[in-house]
Amino acid sequence: MSAAAPAAAPTAGLRVLERFRRHRLAMFGAVTIATLTLACFLGPFLLPFDDTYIDIMQRFAAPFGGAHILGTDELGRDMLARILMGGRVSLLVGFVAMAIGMAVGILVGAVAGYYGGLVGTALMRFVDAVLCFPAIFLLLALAALVEPGLTSITLLIAATAWMDVARIVEGQIRSLRERDFAVAAEVLGATDRYIILRELVPNAVAPIVVAATLNVARAILLESYVSFLGYGIQPPVPSWGNMLNNAQIYLTSAPWLAILPGIAITLAVTSFNFLGDGLRDALDPRMDGR
Amino acid sequence: MTERPILEVRDLRKWFPLGSSLFSRHRQQVKAVDGISFSMRRGEILSLVGESGSGKTTVGRTVLRLTAPTSGSITFDGQDITRLSRRQLRPLRRRMQLVFQDPFASLNPRMTVERIVSTPLIIHDEPGGIAARRAKVEAALQLVGLLPHHATRYPHELSGGQRQRVGIARALILRPDFLVADEPVSALDVSIQAQVVNLLLELKDLLGLTILFVAHDLAVVGHISDRIAVMYLGRLVEVAETRVLFARPRHPYTEALLSAAPIPDPTVERQRIILAGDIPSPIDPPPGCAFSTRCRYATEACRAAVPPLREVAPGHLSACIRDDIALQAPRHGALTAPSKETCRCRLRSTGYRVTIACPRPSTSSSSAPASSASAPPTNW
Repeated sequence: MSAAAPAAAPTAGLRVLERFRRHRLAMFGAVTIATLTLACFLGPFLLPFDDTYIDIMQRFAAPFGGAHILGTDELGRDMLARILMGGRVSLLVGFVAMAIGMAVGILVGAVAGYYGGLVGTALMRFVDAVLCFPAIFLLLALAALVEPGLTSITLLIAATAWMDVARIVEGQIRSLRERDFAVAAEVLGATDRYIILRELVPNAVAPIVVAATLNVARAILLESYVSFLGYGIQPPVPSWGNMLNNAQIYLTSAPWLAILPGIAITLAVTSFNFLGDGLRDALDPRMDGR
Repeated sequence: MTERPILEVRDLRKWFPLGSSLFSRHRQQVKAVDGISFSMRRGEILSLVGESGSGKTTVGRTVLRLTAPTSGSITFDGQDITRLSRRQLRPLRRRMQLVFQDPFASLNPRMTVERIVSTPLIIHDEPGGIAARRAKVEAALQLVGLLPHHATRYPHELSGGQRQRVGIARALILRPDFLVADEPVSALDVSIQAQVVNLLLELKDLLGLTILFVAHDLAVVGHISDRIAVMYLGRLVEVAETRVLFARPRHPYTEALLSAAPIPDPTVERQRIILAGDIPSPIDPPPGCAFSTRCRYATEACRAAVPPLREVAPGHLSACIRDDIALQAPRHGALTAPSKETCRCRLRSTGYRVTIACPRPSTSSSSAPASSASAPPTNW
């Protein structure tokens, strides 16, 4: 597919799509994420079992053995329903935490990069300071102080996820603002807000999108950690992390309780990482013509 | 000369502080522009010429108040803009614009040509809906010789000359009075340079522009400017009408610049003045005349005090104290101001303009170069 004749030059967007489609792992990631998301948000409506329905006669049913396709847990709850409902929670936390982290990171990074000087230095040193804490300990320390729940865990994860975006954006904006097109906007009388939002940030969109995808993966993983350690999403609401927590004691007798949410986490996280890699390559015009 | 100058610059200084260390009390300063005065009358093209590091770009940008001057004053059309804030400058931005050296860097790569050219309309909240805006963009593109279908292109899909035309269209869409052209053709192929220069000339006549043309190339400058100001190390060393400057330079630096400009006639014998060394550092300029370190006429007196820019003939300023020396002027007509013998034509199909310089009847035609070599200077 090198039919990019100069006469009918495809638009930049089409070329990005073309490069992305050639990236097999990224396509796999995109398809998996789409499937997972659809399954998690639509699947539970189609299943005969609710995720909190207790089928006491069918405790520890093995997968592929009866009415419960993926088996049941120690209380006789349907594993498939719980995986899908847990997926809702995990994906939701992942996406929302990413969105909040992005917004904060872009804001801080853009302001620091554009104004520089004292403001920029202060902001970026603060970012460095926050970055010094290992995210997981910061998260656990904070989680011990606030009441665990969907909202609080999302905010906590977002609070540990905005710094790297801020650094990426700061670097991008700092170099972009010296470029002549930023000066051109200034000669035209544009306000700072216009220059940052309309001229500069769109040029930094590629690294931002890549960081965003990788951040979703990270947020899902963090949510699993914290829930696994018991500080995150509280039972009976399922999440992939707290399902793993439950599964620990039955690891030898009912291994599927650990394996199934494990697979779900692995699949989601690797898919997002592949997607991020693929986007990184696709958004880089130098990858054209390979 | 009762008319008010459109731009008046008095004793402009722009010093950039160098990064200071924690222990040194005295910050060193880069004196990029160190006391420059000039004024421009409406409809004039003044060229600012100098080698890299002479501060000419800084003058252009400071005059537009992209940076605040260290001292001095800038008066634009009777209004002192030296200390105006960005908000106060905003209404003036419609009237003063900038064309950049690198047309690619000055266009946002994420935007289509239409979006780029309409940016000034958006920023200044021009009345009219999308249709009106589109019509204005199309008119602006047509003005600079681009076709309507270029509007949907991205900058990287255009050639260098087309990109510079887009830059000019953006600068002119709000119909400014005053344009700073910061080496607008230096980044272009020689074959494209003439097109863009002629475009600027045509637009100047059409729209009544006043242009401050920053350049390092005397050949281009001679073609378009009414007056030329030569800069060296942050100061003006000579200001004169183009013809006068080319015919009778009064500063040794101008003489050296003129001798370095190419003349498209291999049979002309001439002495090139090769300047030794580099331009001195603007952090620590030499005492007295800044050019004295490279000047072949320099004397002890030159190093004693900074020579003032003074009038050596009506309208001709020079900052050299040596009136006793006779400086050479180029002996051939290649470096000329625009003469009547230049014909311009426009190729209808492509919209490109072509300039052909026709030889004067008094000199022999180009087919007989032997005689033209000995022809007396017949430039004016």
